[in-house]
Amino acid sequence: MNSDIQLAAASGGGCHIFSGCGFPAPGLQDFDFKPIFSIGSFHFTKPILLALICAAAVIVFFWAAFRKPKIVPRGMQNLGEVALFGVRDQILRPSLGKKGDSYLPFLTAMFFFIYFMNVLEIIPIAQFPVPSRVGFAWSLALIVYVTYLYIGIKNQGLGGYFKNMIPHDVPWWIYPILIPIEFARYIFIQPFTLGIRLFANMFAGHLLLLIFTLATWYLASLSIGLLFAATSFVMVLGVTLLEALIQLLQAFIFTTLTATYIADSLEAGH
Amino acid sequence: MLDLATQALAAGTTTGVTGSLKVFGAVAYGLAAIGPGVGIGLIFGHAIEAMARQPEATGRITQYMWIGFALAEALALIGLVVPFIFSGG
Repeated sequence: MNSDIQLAAASGGGCHIFSGCGFPAPGLQDFDFKPIFSIGSFHFTKPILLALICAAAVIVFFWAAFRKPKIVPRGMQNLGEVALFGVRDQILRPSLGKKGDSYLPFLTAMFFFIYFMNVLEIIPIAQFPVPSRVGFAWSLALIVYVTYLYIGIKNQGLGGYFKNMIPHDVPWWIYPILIPIEFARYIFIQPFTLGIRLFANMFAGHLLLLIFTLATWYLASLSIGLLFAATSFVMVLGVTLLEALIQLLQAFIFTTLTATYIADSLEAGH
Repeated sequence: MLDLATQALAAGTTTGVTGSLKVFGAVAYGLAAIGPGVGIGLIFGHAIEAMARQPEATGRITQYMWIGFALAEALALIGLVVPFIFSGG
């Protein structure tokens, strides 16, 4: 991570405040990583490794919880049931209702994968939220996009899906405004905002944490600087708590909107 | 301040945003944060008022409040990210 290089260079030269060097401001370079290994032009970087670790963690968690399920749950199964029923009652039932229970595995996997990826930001050693590399957010949004388009067209037919986008009990002169807006919403805006909401939240959070962490180091010169550094460190703790909330919230929002979009695709098909 | 801006514009090249123009990225985010700031305030204010009027609906109101907050916050954060698109603001 470029911040490691900055810190190494800074510590080698003792680059703190009051010694004539500028603040090593975080920026886009802190989101690029040197590849761990490369196969041709495919570079295996730290975000890819973290995403694979998260996927494995989700699989291992739910496999361990429901390996030998008992009627009266014990141990890991308790946690797995809390997780599963939490997703079902808070995310799935409000949008899809009881008949949407078949989407529970999809939504559970989505929620926990995104949450584990997000929470890697505040876990030591990893300390990088994987969706802050925009490709990861776009891939998840693409999965949701293809899913709800497929469900919509399968349930309502190709023409029926586009016809049901537009409510029918509006005055005729609204249609020239309504049709482009509704079409753009379902085809362009929903997947775009779904992906970029996750990406931008994680990107901004990581940047914020970097600013205060680097500032704590930079301000820690052996004088009044230590007081500045302590204040900056308090901000690091505050931002970490804020990020913990935002990470859970963003995973919840992504999954809730997925359920809503699937419900929209199912609902007009009767 | 106007001739500072003129100088900055004259120094900037046609491709991307160079050093002297990068400050406008911060201005851009400041402008982008006005709308969502008002929006989030409205969301939480109305949620608090609704919870005061009907305390037994607090759970459902809280759920919709968080959903609305995330949707409004998304616009502010897109505004934060856009200056970084133009060559590392």
